[in-house]
Amino acid sequence: MRPTAQREGAPPLSETIPEISTSVWKHNHILDLDDFTREEIELIFVITDGMKEILSREIKRAPTLRGKTVVTIFFEPSTRTRASFELAARALTADVLNITASTSSIVKGESLLDTLRTIQALGADVLVMRHSQSGAPYLAARQVNMSVVNAGDGAHAHPSQALLDMYTMRSRLGHLKGRKVVIIGDILHSRVARSNIWGLSAMGAEVVLCGPPTLLPLYMNEDRARGQLPRVTVESNADKAVENADAVMALRLQLERQEKGLLPAVREYVRYYQITQERLARAKPGALVMHPGPVNEGIEVSPEVSHGANSVIEEQVTNGVAVRMALLYLLAGGKKH
Amino acid sequence: MSEKVIATADDIRRALTRIAHEILERNRGADNLVLVGMLTRGAPLAQRLAGIIASLENIKPPVGNLDIGLYRDDLSLRDTQPVIHRTDIPTDISDKKVILVDDVLFTGRSIRAAMDALIDLGRPQLVQLAVLVDRGHRELPVRADYIGKNIPTALSEQIEVRLKEIDGKDEVVIITEGRGQA
Repeated sequence: MRPTAQREGAPPLSETIPEISTSVWKHNHILDLDDFTREEIELIFVITDGMKEILSREIKRAPTLRGKTVVTIFFEPSTRTRASFELAARALTADVLNITASTSSIVKGESLLDTLRTIQALGADVLVMRHSQSGAPYLAARQVNMSVVNAGDGAHAHPSQALLDMYTMRSRLGHLKGRKVVIIGDILHSRVARSNIWGLSAMGAEVVLCGPPTLLPLYMNEDRARGQLPRVTVESNADKAVENADAVMALRLQLERQEKGLLPAVREYVRYYQITQERLARAKPGALVMHPGPVNEGIEVSPEVSHGANSVIEEQVTNGVAVRMALLYLLAGGKKH
Repeated sequence: MSEKVIATADDIRRALTRIAHEILERNRGADNLVLVGMLTRGAPLAQRLAGIIASLENIKPPVGNLDIGLYRDDLSLRDTQPVIHRTDIPTDISDKKVILVDDVLFTGRSIRAAMDALIDLGRPQLVQLAVLVDRGHRELPVRADYIGKNIPTALSEQIEVRLKEIDGKDEVVIITEGRGQA
């Protein structure tokens, strides 16, 4: 809703006009955050602030991407990510075409590359893609001349989710540098965790990963040693992990992926890893509780916490649209290079 | 490249004082006014005009900032994309008298974008335009209601308005490309 109450005037200029230029932006595609600089992420945050204002209007629309086409193609189910990208594209007046793998020629045996070439021939400018295979969007980016946004690939990366998580933390905590962010849950299968690790580290936050040892990849320690992963702390005791945290992010327990026997019982998980009032009390007062969704009610976060004062889970969804508007603007809003 | 100061801090102060008086005269007071500064340098100018108006009348009109980046008609032509900043207007502009404030009026294309952006926010009773410098070379049928200084320029010249809040000092300069390179 637009504010109707009159204020004394605008805040000081230094707050409203951060000094930053789009010349720091180097990306044609958004595949993961491992090659993003702090300046690029800051730029996304500043533009997201501007986009939030558009979304606060009665008529949520600006003409910026008129004549541009955004295609979303999802080879895996999704509600919020797809809806969020679609709303973002529409708010900037782009044309949007949604392709669902299960109802397309893919079921007739069309290969991924043929599908991508067809989309390109239709005249798309941006391709938003989700695929169960890690790396599929990278293949797409090499083969087509559209901008590719990775909307989740296997257990690898989900950069727009990490950016909206980080934007939400930054808007609540002021800045990310030195903040302690604890990611709890099934780290092994989580693309959200991986992208957050890269992004949060670029912003100077302290990242702690926590989960049952079977879902906490030990190779992360080795990757870290080889310099393939930024500095993170791994802690399997949730009570210790949340100690003094600024934000606690619960990951979805991917029940469909738990058949391999990595988790003895869901009840045990709930007992040792659920974010409860008592556990949260060990974090800093006012610590944020986050979840990328969809939430398994009563498993990752206790109901009173997930609907309580510390929860920013709904805000994450709202911010997601603004962050994706910023990404679409940066990819398709300027001169074609 | 040579640079010449064409308005000093005092010149700017006097021009803004005159514009504030003209705004009050034309609108018969400050009732129902909203000042909207176009980012970046229109914003401090709008703040200053509101301050002068407050010292003359007993009302300080609300002041807001408008970002026109998303409404530009040259996005696919510019080498550097504009950063989008947050538009922040503290009141509903519907049925208000909106004074749009910018530093330099040139082709008129920014003003076109600003009017589109404003109309997306509501339906003002009227919109008037105040600029510190009008340098000519219009490409659209746009004119200013209040002008600090008319400065005839060549297209090759650049006008730069510098303001304390952003640049550390107040002045308007004209920059001429050094002629003839070997």
